[in-house]
Amino acid sequence: MAEMWINMGPQHPMTHGLWNLRVKVDGETIVDAEPVVGYLHRGWEKLVENRMYPQIIPLSDRLCYGASMSWSHLYCLTIEELMDVEVPERAEYIRVIVLELQRIASHLMWLAAYGTDLGLLTGFVYAMRERELFLDLLQSVSGARMTYNYMRIGGVRNDLPPNFERDCLRTLDYFEKKLDEYEQIYDGSDIFLMRTQDIGYLKPADAINLGVTGPTLRGSGVKIDIRKHDPYSVYDELDWDICTHPDCDCYARYRVRMDEMRMSCHIIREAFKKMPDGPVRVKVPRNAPKRTAFARVEDPRGEGLMYVIGDGTDRPFRLKVRSPIFVTVSAVPIMLKGYKVADVPAIMGSVDMCLGETDR
Amino acid sequence: MTEEAIVDAVRKAFPEGVTIGGVAPRRIFARADRAIIYKLCEFLKNQLKFDHVSCVTGVDRIDRFQVVYHLSSYENRCVLEITVDIPRDDPEIDSISPLWGGANWHERETYDMFGIRFKNHPRLERIFLPEDTQFFPFRKDFKLGRQ
Amino acid sequence: MRATGVKRAVDKITTPIWSWSLRNSIFPLHFGIACCALEMAASSAPRWDAERFGIVYRSSPRQCDVLLVNGWVTTKLRPDLRRLYEQMPEPKWVIAMGECAISGGPWYDSHTVVQGVDTFIPVDIYIPGCPPRPEALLDGFLKLQDKIRASTKGRFLED
Repeated sequence: MAEMWINMGPQHPMTHGLWNLRVKVDGETIVDAEPVVGYLHRGWEKLVENRMYPQIIPLSDRLCYGASMSWSHLYCLTIEELMDVEVPERAEYIRVIVLELQRIASHLMWLAAYGTDLGLLTGFVYAMRERELFLDLLQSVSGARMTYNYMRIGGVRNDLPPNFERDCLRTLDYFEKKLDEYEQIYDGSDIFLMRTQDIGYLKPADAINLGVTGPTLRGSGVKIDIRKHDPYSVYDELDWDICTHPDCDCYARYRVRMDEMRMSCHIIREAFKKMPDGPVRVKVPRNAPKRTAFARVEDPRGEGLMYVIGDGTDRPFRLKVRSPIFVTVSAVPIMLKGYKVADVPAIMGSVDMCLGETDR
Repeated sequence: MTEEAIVDAVRKAFPEGVTIGGVAPRRIFARADRAIIYKLCEFLKNQLKFDHVSCVTGVDRIDRFQVVYHLSSYENRCVLEITVDIPRDDPEIDSISPLWGGANWHERETYDMFGIRFKNHPRLERIFLPEDTQFFPFRKDFKLGRQ
Repeated sequence: MRATGVKRAVDKITTPIWSWSLRNSIFPLHFGIACCALEMAASSAPRWDAERFGIVYRSSPRQCDVLLVNGWVTTKLRPDLRRLYEQMPEPKWVIAMGECAISGGPWYDSHTVVQGVDTFIPVDIYIPGCPPRPEALLDGFLKLQDKIRASTKGRFLED
């Protein structure tokens, strides 16, 4: 049969965000695939060369709007590395708490979107309902629903609001019960299992070679998490584990994210137990020294890295963002080859696309 | 392997062309010559178990270009930063994507933004900007609208 | 038939019906661009439930009457967005959601971002915010309902 290229995107229900997947099909079977990105490219790295260091924090929120807290945290971490700033311990614990809340919110957004991809609309409704709880918590901390602008270079903007610990723990108790309910919905659905199990196979060796990180890598059974592997903040003082799954398919990635949500609840509880009192922010210099620095974190989607060059002024000379999904998308053809066109939403949904950070 | 052992191994294998700038916990900073970068990376991948490319990026230092590699090793738990200077009038360097597939799109992006050409790259085309773009936006001589 | 009194009389009776049904079955295009797309998703989630206003997202531009531009538009996207707009059947409306779609927003000096969607497609409703809350989005849809009501009153559908 003749092979042909078809476009899925830029406007397609499968694309979470704005990109184009060109697939070469032989009948229904995918022979080759080629992602086309760049529809959201706004030259972020060039724009920030015109902004002062604190002005970049709200822009870094908009790098990945699904997980804006972790991107502004990565930015602040990089600039702290550049300016040699020591962050107060209480601020580090607050950061861990809000980052994990953000991770749960981001994974819930993914779960909701995955539900709609696979025709499980109940999953969408339930996951979005619980996501609002976490957005409310983050809103009570920062004042915004999605783009928080809460991290600061040298700490966080303000202390936690009164009764935050009580509200947060209560939400976690409620949420963990709901998480069991999701598992019943998703794992109890034969359609969901048929559309995810043994679909989108990614060998561990391929995953490492192609630079895939995050839940997609851990879904291939590789036990790597930057939070343990290259610890930042106070993650090495907390007691937690890396969640992996050996199946290498879409179901494994779903499993890893579900386990990560549970683990995040555990980390937040641990952090509240150990959180000391004290200041939440230190003063930082206005100008950065003439040197380079980089930092990397475990974003909800994988390894985020920022590389900054300071030139003695109050603006960065160059700021490079390594986005996890940018690299994961380049590995998508390997996952897609040999499967049917109808499997594309299942496979692409399982890598949790976020185009804001991919295109920058 | 500790960071010092990695540094010693690199120094032994490449007595010329590689300068180690500094060593910190889980971090190694190095500078390398353009001519040996592929061989260096091959050595790092096969002998020292650097199995993951975190980042490949370009920098416009006004008088020269730089290509910065962040290679990380899952087993040795360290990140190696390699900075390579390349002249501005001949921006060309060996591609490392035959070694690590993860470097493929990073190099394409660097080409798209800086016009640095990577030799032996499987497909060096623009990735973010439309195909017919005539400029390389991240170069310092490209000024933004209201700058 | 066009200029006869019969047509005018028929239009006078049927226009309110058309207007009522257009108002209460707004089908926006399911097209997420950037941050505001998540708020668009949140507005159709249980807490806000946009469906009670008859707002149902459809995936094909041929079935839609509202184009919701929720994010910055780059030069690479502009031709595709224009084509999506032209694929939609009349009558159609455009909502610019968020700062980026209104004026370029935080990317005001970017080399790729188009400074506002109204530079290449006509916009009916602007919803400010970065990103606007789901309430603001629903308010924008209600404003659009008012606009449909006002624009169909006192004129004939074929004019």
